[in-house]
Amino acid sequence: MAKFNMTPDELLNFQFGAPNVGWMEHKPVFKEGNFAYPAKPDVIRDLGFPNPREWSPLDEDWKLPENWMEIVREGMKDRLERYRSFKIFMDICVRCGACADKCHFYIGGGDPKNMPVLRAELLRSIYRGEFTAAGKILGKWAGGRPLTMDVVKEWFFYFYQCTECRRCSLFCPYGIDTAEVTMIARELLQLLGVNINWMMEPVRNCNRMGNHLGIQPHAFKDIVEFLCDDIETITGIRIKPPMNEKGHEVLFITPSGDVFADPGIYTFMGYLMLFHEIGLDYTLSTYASEGGNFGLFTSHEMMKKLNAKMYAEAERLGSKWILGGECGHMWRVINQYMSTHNGPCPPKMETPVNPITGTVFRNATETKMVHIAEFTADLIRHNKIKLDKRRNAHLNVTFHDSCNPARGMGMFEEPREVIKACCDNFFEMPAQTIREQTFCCAGGSGLNTEEIMEIRMRGGLPRGNALRHVQQKHNVNTMACVCAIDRATLIPLADYWAPGVGICGVHELVGNALIMKGEQERTMDLRQNDLPYLDESAEEDA
Amino acid sequence: MYNAKYIMPGLVIFLGLITFPLWFNVLSCTRYEAPQLALPEDQQECIIDAKVMRAEHMTLLNDWRDKYVRDGEITFTAANGKIYDMSLMNTCMSCHTNKEQFCDSCHTKNSVYPYCWECHIAPRGNQ
Amino acid sequence: MAFFISLILVLTLCAASYYGAEAGMQWLFGMTIPYLAIAGFVCGFAYKIYSWAKSPVPFRIPTTGGQQYSHEWIKNDPLDNPHTVSWTVGRMLLEILTFRSLFRNTEVVIHRTEDGPRVAYNSARWLWLFALIFHYCFLVIFLRHFRFFMDPVPFFVRGLEFMDGIFQIGAPRLYQTDVLILAAVGFLLLRRVFDQKVRYISLISDYFPLLLIGGICLSGIYMRYLSKTDINAVKTYVMGLFTLSPVSAEGIAPIFFMHLFLVCALLLYFPWSKLMHLGGVFLSPTRNLPNDSRMRLHVNPWKPPKKYHTYEAYEDDFREFMVEAGLPVDKPLDKADA
Repeated sequence: MAKFNMTPDELLNFQFGAPNVGWMEHKPVFKEGNFAYPAKPDVIRDLGFPNPREWSPLDEDWKLPENWMEIVREGMKDRLERYRSFKIFMDICVRCGACADKCHFYIGGGDPKNMPVLRAELLRSIYRGEFTAAGKILGKWAGGRPLTMDVVKEWFFYFYQCTECRRCSLFCPYGIDTAEVTMIARELLQLLGVNINWMMEPVRNCNRMGNHLGIQPHAFKDIVEFLCDDIETITGIRIKPPMNEKGHEVLFITPSGDVFADPGIYTFMGYLMLFHEIGLDYTLSTYASEGGNFGLFTSHEMMKKLNAKMYAEAERLGSKWILGGECGHMWRVINQYMSTHNGPCPPKMETPVNPITGTVFRNATETKMVHIAEFTADLIRHNKIKLDKRRNAHLNVTFHDSCNPARGMGMFEEPREVIKACCDNFFEMPAQTIREQTFCCAGGSGLNTEEIMEIRMRGGLPRGNALRHVQQKHNVNTMACVCAIDRATLIPLADYWAPGVGICGVHELVGNALIMKGEQERTMDLRQNDLPYLDESAEEDA
Repeated sequence: MYNAKYIMPGLVIFLGLITFPLWFNVLSCTRYEAPQLALPEDQQECIIDAKVMRAEHMTLLNDWRDKYVRDGEITFTAANGKIYDMSLMNTCMSCHTNKEQFCDSCHTKNSVYPYCWECHIAPRGNQ
Repeated sequence: MAFFISLILVLTLCAASYYGAEAGMQWLFGMTIPYLAIAGFVCGFAYKIYSWAKSPVPFRIPTTGGQQYSHEWIKNDPLDNPHTVSWTVGRMLLEILTFRSLFRNTEVVIHRTEDGPRVAYNSARWLWLFALIFHYCFLVIFLRHFRFFMDPVPFFVRGLEFMDGIFQIGAPRLYQTDVLILAAVGFLLLRRVFDQKVRYISLISDYFPLLLIGGICLSGIYMRYLSKTDINAVKTYVMGLFTLSPVSAEGIAPIFFMHLFLVCALLLYFPWSKLMHLGGVFLSPTRNLPNDSRMRLHVNPWKPPKKYHTYEAYEDDFREFMVEAGLPVDKPLDKADA
């Protein structure tokens, strides 16, 4: 793997503009670092997906099935018949260009084909050329072009440079959603066996082992116990989280990234401490140990397949409702797809009620799934937990709205309420970079892989620059987020664009601030660093 | 077809509105008669050729108003050398005495509402 | 290039109709083609809507642009994130009548300073403004033309004409919409030609309708203010068409037939082009659906069968490890083999 070592100046050595040749004639050049590695044959084989083989985008021959053109045509036809969204988005774009500079990959790279309008035109031109009378007769004059191998290569290049963040769709006067177009394009590529390993391997793992990272049940239990050891070290309290146990009121599902990697584990510790403190009757599951759903980036059918486990496990364990952890695309799936895909929910599930406050979660009456930020905000509102803000006093915090909870759900206030209850120093980034206009971490939709670090850093410019702004203006040193992919991708992003800012989950802040019954005096935060406020108060005493 | 209960009424209303003149005229058996002008019986020629007048009368009147009121010019010399007063009331309406049958018959049919008569008093017609 | 091809296309249409009418083919440009165009528009429009309606909307995928409906004490933003049908209608009305999404538009500028890059988002509402002007002027002008389509002239025309010419400039009175629509078409066209990134994405099908509409406006304006076409004759002729009893085109200048022909070209082109955004904007699933999938069950009409890796299969894979780790299992080890 080529090491990414460009400086920000080198990276931004471009001007917004356009090449002299028309975009239909301009071909992408694959080189190490600008594409994610193809899926390994055994992964594809395990999933039963078509055309498993060894191949590389650098090869001239991508070893597609012989009838690949027919497959693409049939695939498009089928999807045009199944998705009105796709059909409408193919037909009504007026190319006004409002979306052009809304994409983080365009802003940080200047490649015109990263303008959402052109990204969609890559597919639209084939739609016109193959499916409309005008395109068939007039060809290029009607904006159509023939389906060639180069087109497929171009699709692979650019539809794996879209994080399905939907920022462009917010600005489009017709709501044309590039995420939707990208999802369909990727489905078409899947039919040919053109996909990336970073997406397909998690899908395979999740299917067989219950989570993207392929953590097996006994290992999962070990990890959780290690984290409980850490909690004991910090608080003096031993927590024993139930796992795969039947008869608990709540099933808790969070992305597996939270039990695996720094800093997600601190967020996970925060959840466990909170549940312990309020005495929540819950269980974890190793079978449904993944909140995230890389199926969303693979195909609608795969999304459904992976998501189905949540209800299946809730039914098996007899849980009344499901509490979901901090994860971005997980919540796009739950909020907009889950009940349609796998509903109605198991008959014994009930409308979620917070057992501590009695609050009925009126926005979750159908799916019976509640976001942990909604849950904790409710606890805080009803003063059911005690929080010591001084433990977070050394943190100047800003909040990164993750794309999916922002534009696929609209959860803006709940995490902010939680953060503000946990720390005094909260600062917003500029208005054009937060809430519904938030920028992606540039690693969403299965693109959080190392080998495309250059692309990720380019796409990370808008977020990184907004972060740098509050770092300089308000001395912000921590960016909180409610997404497991963010917790992994924002670290290199911040190191590159705003060095010195750390990343944490919202419930890490909760875990730090939470005053637990019977805890020892806390001298460390969840990362086992000394709490600075203690030194300061000691100095004051002396 | 999906969501037909929303889409069909919407489509019918839209196409109905946009083709309204066509089907309304046909259903109501509208027969359009071009306006017939009452021409002065005792005069043979207008101050300008009638064809030009038809197209340009509004410009001419506007022009007269500006010249008369602002520049103090009071006469108009026709192509054949005849001199007329620049006056709607005393020149034009002295021949075309019936506003309703002359001016209005075209104007109303074509939805033209000049503001001449906001100041001038229309002649009563040739009773 | 695409611009010049479109320009030549439009000029060809102009010339064909102008000289065609002059050469005595008024019946073609003034009768046959208008009837075809109206029929073509109505059928084409209906067909296109039908073709969209044939495909289902399997999932509710609204783009949420504001706070969701959640706790009572959190103020939700129902216009940007509607959870009921009525708020969704409100969102759609604002979208369609005021182009609300386009109003959000910003323009990115990267300032490269010594202190590193600064990405700025400048407000960029010119596109919104001129798009709005363009569409409303088009509507007003279309409605004003009803004075030629009906007799007696419908009630709204007089009021529209009065407001449109309220400054009483010149005779015939100058309509503001005539000036504004030219300005708007000009802006949209110049933006396409001179904004590098918009030029890069523009196709013939982007320039062509703009130039066509520009041609319609210019020919109309020429007839009203300059050549002063005999509108009496025109109305008689148009009423003949609209009562299905065509009359002779005697005495109508060729420019009228050019104007009419360009309108017919627009009508015929409309259903097969991006201009169908007129119908499509109502059907866009990211705008016309409430964000309520967590509250109400929606059924996918082609719902695929539910197939997933079951717990039983999972336990079979890992039973020994699970038992060893003390995790509960549904089938104990000794029974699992049987």
